Amino acid sequence: MSSTGPGANSGKIEEVESIVIRFAGDSGDGMQLTGTELTRAVALSGNDIATFPDFPAEIRAPAGTTYGVSGFQLQFSSSEIFTPGDAAGVLITMNPAALRTNLSTLEPGGLLIVDSGAFKKRNLQLSGYEVSPLEDDSLSGYQLIPVDMTRAVTVALKGSGLSPGDVQRCRNFFALGLVFWLYGRDEKREVESIRAKFRARPEVAEANVKAFKAGHAYGETTEAFKSRYHVPAADLEPGEYRNVTGNEALATGLVAAALLADRRMVYASYPITPASDILHYLAAHQRYPVTTFQAEDEIAAVTAAIGASFGGAIGVTGTSGPGFALKQEGVGLAVMAELPLVLIDVQRGGPSTGLPTKPEQGDLLQAIFGRNSESPVAVIAPARPSECFDMAIEAVRLATQHMCPVVLLSDNTLANGAEPWRLPEISDLAPIEPGFRTDAETFAPYLRDPDTLARPWAPPGTPGFEHRIGGLEKQDVTGDVSYDPANHGHMNAMRAAKIAKIADRLPPVDVYGDAEGDLLLVGFGGTYGALRQAAQSLRGEGHRVGHAQLRYLNPLQSDIDEVLRRYRRVLIPELNPGQLRMLLRARTLLDLEGLNKVDGTPFMVREVVEAARRLIGPAAAKELRA
Amino acid sequence: MSAVPGAGERRYTKKDFTSDQDVRWCPGCGDYAILAQLQKLMPDLGIAKENIVFISGIGCSSRFPYYMDTYGFHTIHGRAPAIATGLKLARPELSVWVVTGDGDALSIGGNHLIHALRRNVDVKILLFNNKVYGLTKGQYSPTSDVGQRTKSSPSGVVSPPFSPPALALGSSATFVARAVDTEVQHLQQMIRRMAEHPGAALLEIYQNCPVFNDGAFAPLKDRDTKQDEVLMLEDGEKLVYGREREKILKLDPDRLVLVPGRVGDENGAIEIVHREDAESTMLAALLSEHPRPGFPTPIGVFRSVERPVFERETLAQGEAAVAAGGAGQLEELIYAGDRWRVSSS
Ligand code: SF4
Repeated sequence: MSSTGPGANSGKIEEVESIVIRFAGDSGDGMQLTGTELTRAVALSGNDIATFPDFPAEIRAPAGTTYGVSGFQLQFSSSEIFTPGDAAGVLITMNPAALRTNLSTLEPGGLLIVDSGAFKKRNLQLSGYEVSPLEDDSLSGYQLIPVDMTRAVTVALKGSGLSPGDVQRCRNFFALGLVFWLYGRDEKREVESIRAKFRARPEVAEANVKAFKAGHAYGETTEAFKSRYHVPAADLEPGEYRNVTGNEALATGLVAAALLADRRMVYASYPITPASDILHYLAAHQRYPVTTFQAEDEIAAVTAAIGASFGGAIGVTGTSGPGFALKQEGVGLAVMAELPLVLIDVQRGGPSTGLPTKPEQGDLLQAIFGRNSESPVAVIAPARPSECFDMAIEAVRLATQHMCPVVLLSDNTLANGAEPWRLPEISDLAPIEPGFRTDAETFAPYLRDPDTLARPWAPPGTPGFEHRIGGLEKQDVTGDVSYDPANHGHMNAMRAAKIAKIADRLPPVDVYGDAEGDLLLVGFGGTYGALRQAAQSLRGEGHRVGHAQLRYLNPLQSDIDEVLRRYRRVLIPELNPGQLRMLLRARTLLDLEGLNKVDGTPFMVREVVEAARRLIGPAAAKELRA
Repeated sequence: MSAVPGAGERRYTKKDFTSDQDVRWCPGCGDYAILAQLQKLMPDLGIAKENIVFISGIGCSSRFPYYMDTYGFHTIHGRAPAIATGLKLARPELSVWVVTGDGDALSIGGNHLIHALRRNVDVKILLFNNKVYGLTKGQYSPTSDVGQRTKSSPSGVVSPPFSPPALALGSSATFVARAVDTEVQHLQQMIRRMAEHPGAALLEIYQNCPVFNDGAFAPLKDRDTKQDEVLMLEDGEKLVYGREREKILKLDPDRLVLVPGRVGDENGAIEIVHREDAESTMLAALLSEHPRPGFPTPIGVFRSVERPVFERETLAQGEAAVAAGGAGQLEELIYAGDRWRVSSS
């Protein structure tokens, strides 16, 4: 490395297509905030992005321990990307525990920035290092850059009046400043953002700004870096964009649905990770026709939502797997009473309390079958964070027009993962018409619409429509309690047919890539990115590959059988032991293959690619190319 | 009286509130008397029929909505107060009644009951207490007495019962009362009081189950014993009872308990006056303790105070936000935060 002048680095700027960067530190080190800030900055400068916040369930585990480490991975790129990246090219660790737990995510030869000031005896002990890894040659396979951030912020914030503890809490902004320098990002806008974020505590805002600037200046003066990097703006589809997480998009979609239906929405929920952000978001949108209700428990949340729907509002409840299990009897009531209900399940690792902050897709069968007896509901799943917006609207549309519960399956990768969202034109959003019954002469509580088989929605307040519904079996049409065997058989068939009929209005399965060929990758939910990227690289190798991420899981789209039959092999990667595969096998009687992982981590692109290669073999590719 | 859209010119009779469904309770069940009182009282309340909703959970009493010709929802075990809360958040103007029993409200649904009362959701909760599970055929309930022999407690119940009014007071309920199924005048008066109360109202109704727990409240009903066994709570009155109104409950200030005595006798205890709207629930709580031998059972209103109503407060926040910033629109919802534009190149 050559220096261009006193105290300055080479100033060389390398252009690269994409960067995967990972921050790791104590839960109290502000890694999620740092990651989010960088995400916003790179998104605003036009890169495509995908993020993976990877944090522990504990809010602040004891400092310095390995189980308290919180990470945030971000990929930003000048081309379209679908995942936060298999491996990080840059890892920034704030202490030894973070290094210990995150080093495996850094690619060989990657840039490793550590706060060397945190590598003190106690921290080393806590994370199980006998010798400091900075002092032996255990990190020789990486470009190690030790920076004493601990000392740097102490110097930068001398005289700030903050306590030593508060001063150290600014280290994340020092790191962020350094990263901003490294990737040539807009420093001024970030300073404004920090001031806005900490508006309530100006002294903290100023300290963070100082730390941020000190980090940036450190980059300017150090000679440790061979180069700076530039990732040009991505060639995204024209339009207006904002950066959005799945939970944010989902909540925005719910509010939009209430506006589109011109109905009040009641969102009843009990706090649970990782669904609580939806509650927070909606609670902050008081000017919109959405009432939030933090219920006393999960059961109250679902039943209050049902009560709201009975009253003619759009009843929505949100939860995660354990809460869903508690709500199931309530969902059964909505099935029986044939009322609209939207249930959002942001899946997490299970069983039981499981891994509250880790991704898994184990609730598919719980969504479809998890109630007593025959209790059909619609189940849909967004595939990308931004798509949570559209699918929230779709859930409300289906629930109110078909008078049934709709389960929207999200998951931890979608919920907390962020990506640029191309904002829809308002005029493209179709209104939702629930179709309330108003003609008292012909009204009967279970008189069904011949097209949808939906019963009329007739909330209290309409004279002449007084009627009783409930969980006991009802006589079709009249809604009177009925124990008649023939009627019960008929009603079971009606409830099933009503859900099955939803398939009539669904679009065909959306397939990326080859419309027929060697292999079809099939998935649902947040595995979209890994599957899509895998399909892309397999096609690059010459294989004829398609990818279908199913948005509709119950009912399945009508052409699903035909689509699956167009490929020699079908591989279904899922973060569960094969729930979707079981459903599709039962439906099609095809011998579909699975790639299954239940360890609380998302799929790496390479895992999918390798499994696909094993299945279709490299020879096939050669043949095709010949 | 809470602001429920009224019947206007329409005049109802009992028949208007009687549905075409056959009533299926056992002969002699106390539920019949309660149903009749409700159907009789409803026309007097001046509420438009279409704005009245009965919601129930599971149990004998929970069949109630099927027999009222109003809107009704027979839901699942224990959850009626939560369903009613959701309904009120959606439709605060409706008159919403919950019909529940001792098992439904106090066992499986205990959590919903206490929170509906604590929040002061404007729902009227009729809790039919027969101290036994009827629909499941005779197991002990959370209000069964110690020693009560039932199918699931052949040697007698070992755990102490809930006193529903005590639980309600502990939940900061704003209206708490007790009535007896066969004392129809008083029952009707209590139902009217709860209808007029703005906020959550709990009425415990002692209800005889002739099949599984016959005579559970006989001493309170029997002409020979009832005057000595019942303390009729009257607002602003001392706690006097007895055939000749010769007995009185007084407060022992040292032990902080109520002690029975004779009017005029000096026993070191002090006379107290029952106030429904007392700021502190302490005296009401003493009265609501589970009746003990030698003590009369209080009947009537334990507490009636006004507090802000949950759903109105909740919705008012939204209204205030709209008043301050205007009703939210799709455009500003979606085109929010930091944005950037990608132009076609
Ligand atoms: S079992 Fe008891 S409470 Fe139930 S209907 Fe029969 S008499 Fe009434």
